[in-house]
Amino acid sequence: MSGVEGFMYPNEIELQWSVLIVLYPFITGLVAGAFILASLERVFLVEAVKPTYRLALLTALAFLLDAPLPLQLHLGHPERSPEMYFTPHSTSAMAMFGYVYLWYLMAVLVLEIWLDYRRDIVILSRKSKGLLRLIYKVMTLGSSNISPRSLAIDEKVGWVVTLIGIPSAFLLHGYVGFIFGSIKANPWWSSPLMPVVFIFSAMVSGIAAVMLLYMSATKMRRKAIDMRCVDTIAMYLFYIFIIDFSLEMLDLIHRIYEADESFRSLNFMVHTRLYFSHIVIQIFLGTLTPLILLFLTQVVKLTEVLRKRVYATSGCLAMIGIFAMRWNVVIGGQLFSKSFLGYTTYKMALVTREGFLVAIGLTILPLIFLWILVKLLPPWPEQSLHAPAPGD
Amino acid sequence: MGVFKDAGHLFRFTGLFVLAFLAFLLIRGYVVPKTFGQYGHYRAAAIGEIAGRPVKFAGHKACEDCHTDIVDVKMKGKHAHVNCEACHGALAKHADDPTSMTPTKPDTAVLCARCHTASAAKPTGFPQVNPADHSNGVPCETCHNPHSPAIDGGGAK
Amino acid sequence: MNISRRRLLILLPAAAVAWESVLAGTPESSPNYKMSEHWWSMLIDIPKCIGCGNCVRACQIENDVPEGYFRTWVERYHVTDENMTSPDVMSPNGGKDGFPSVMEDHGKYFFVPKLCNHCADSPCTQVCPVGATFVSPDGVVLIDQKYCLGCAYCVQACPYGCRYIHPEKRVADKCTLCYHRITKGLTTACCEACPTGARQLADLKNPNDPIHAFLKTHSVQVLKPQMATGAKVYYNDLDGSVR
Repeated sequence: MSGVEGFMYPNEIELQWSVLIVLYPFITGLVAGAFILASLERVFLVEAVKPTYRLALLTALAFLLDAPLPLQLHLGHPERSPEMYFTPHSTSAMAMFGYVYLWYLMAVLVLEIWLDYRRDIVILSRKSKGLLRLIYKVMTLGSSNISPRSLAIDEKVGWVVTLIGIPSAFLLHGYVGFIFGSIKANPWWSSPLMPVVFIFSAMVSGIAAVMLLYMSATKMRRKAIDMRCVDTIAMYLFYIFIIDFSLEMLDLIHRIYEADESFRSLNFMVHTRLYFSHIVIQIFLGTLTPLILLFLTQVVKLTEVLRKRVYATSGCLAMIGIFAMRWNVVIGGQLFSKSFLGYTTYKMALVTREGFLVAIGLTILPLIFLWILVKLLPPWPEQSLHAPAPGD
Repeated sequence: MGVFKDAGHLFRFTGLFVLAFLAFLLIRGYVVPKTFGQYGHYRAAAIGEIAGRPVKFAGHKACEDCHTDIVDVKMKGKHAHVNCEACHGALAKHADDPTSMTPTKPDTAVLCARCHTASAAKPTGFPQVNPADHSNGVPCETCHNPHSPAIDGGGAK
Repeated sequence: MNISRRRLLILLPAAAVAWESVLAGTPESSPNYKMSEHWWSMLIDIPKCIGCGNCVRACQIENDVPEGYFRTWVERYHVTDENMTSPDVMSPNGGKDGFPSVMEDHGKYFFVPKLCNHCADSPCTQVCPVGATFVSPDGVVLIDQKYCLGCAYCVQACPYGCRYIHPEKRVADKCTLCYHRITKGLTTACCEACPTGARQLADLKNPNDPIHAFLKTHSVQVLKPQMATGAKVYYNDLDGSVR
């Protein structure tokens, strides 16, 4: 067998989890992170980030709709996946995924978006024509009550939903971390820090994603970027990034200092097969560089143009860094033998069911979802609709 | 009263949830296999299905029922505890219906060497030879009876 | 996706029919066998193993194991005095075709046959999201291949590397301890084919099983005891360097 160095158990040579399983925590991370950003405005009353509130919610929904697709494509028998709902195994860290996903999708995201947009939906259902009208009509659930009192109720319920949504977002992604962190057979994964690291890295990637989406969408719409908003987001990004980086370094230092039976093997892997994606991409390019850039914006007075560029650059780098982190966890965890005596290689296929092109497609798909959602439910502040006069 | 009226849309949303949940329970009742949970969180019928797979190695008892002459030779020699199919291969088909297939005689040059080729990795007490030096190309069975291999033993040719 | 729409249309009714058989279930095939009376395990006597690969070949024939995957395999260890904890291990094609001869005699060599440890507290069954793999009432870790999703989480969770995804069936696959044989009173294919008795099927619930006498007088160990999996494949004279 090619690509094997040292000794692998014979069944270990082939990797079980491909690039699609790298994509899955990356995408759910974006969902959780975007939602946390939205909740900043709603629950923690950070007024400055309001322009991104609705966009963040729609981004979360768009990526959440995409999240189960890589899993489905990876399964040997996708048609059997409803078994996860019918006979979930209580001792399995993976079994609850279906329920956690549905809970987060329906009880949190869809409900919150629906409550927040209900007024707009009702107005749009009156204004628009044809198929669009029908879609909006269905979305009103047959209730066109937008009296101030009903909207006040929506506001209150929406607040509660967001409040529930924060731990739910943590649950959704911390849970993904637990899927890896609870595998005692794999020392690269097995760590109680894994869920926490996943949550904070999710927040970094989600906040960076919404910031980039807001900046690029505003540019495309030829509107002015609200600098107070972007400055605030960048500040939060910076602080959460520091927490995330500290946690990852804590994990790393702990491993190096403890140097248990797996250390020699893992250390060798990080210095060889994982060197580029872990040390170069994840740590230097994807974490330290954006951290330094963001740090500069916090301590040095930069011009608006320069700040925008720094934010865009560090946002992109942060996304790359977090993707590399997912890659290093998922792929890295399968490159070494559980005998600690050898290493295998991951060769990404191009056009297979779990290949590169599918992965690209699944990365672009949520942006298409988002585009449709934005068309259907405009999130931009200046487009807020005025209720038509009574009798309209 | 007014609160209920103004929260009417929320009840509709909740109603949809309840409906979906009921539909889920209904479907679940139908699709979960009948034997699921009989012994634990799995489909108990799977045990029977796995147990029902066909056998390919008949097992030495099946061979010994008919080939008593060979058993007599074998029991006296060093290969007494080597099962028939260890050398002759999987023969459940032959055991089920002896006329349906007759096993081919193994080539001793390959067969014996598999176990008895000398290697420092093998346990020291195990009889090992270097086939080329040992027999100089003469087939093993010329001197050794595979069923009782010792030359001075009763089974030698 | 490599499933075309046309294939999907053919597959859907087929899947429905397949599901009917999953729902119905088949009766147990061996009426005289009582699961509650057995607790299966295996004994591997390392000093007896000669690395002939008979077990690997027998297993592949008996269980239609796909080429390149292994329900059982044999590893050859080479441990030198300077490197007691980092052995030189090889398992060419799982030991199926035997091992190359070694002539030099530096350090020690030995063979270690591996198979599913049929753990009592198995990490693989713990993680299965749907209950498609389980420890049977007689102590064998089995896979319900009509129910398995093929998510491979169990493959990741096995510390011993005993599981793989079957390339054609696209479900998890592994050693069944020849469940179809041991429930009929036969031994496993690997034990049947082992010429030296290095592998012995054992029933811990059977008081007359020779394993009880063996365990009294020998120093046995399971693989990776620190994993606390309740492994039931016992190794006699297991060297500390074995992973």
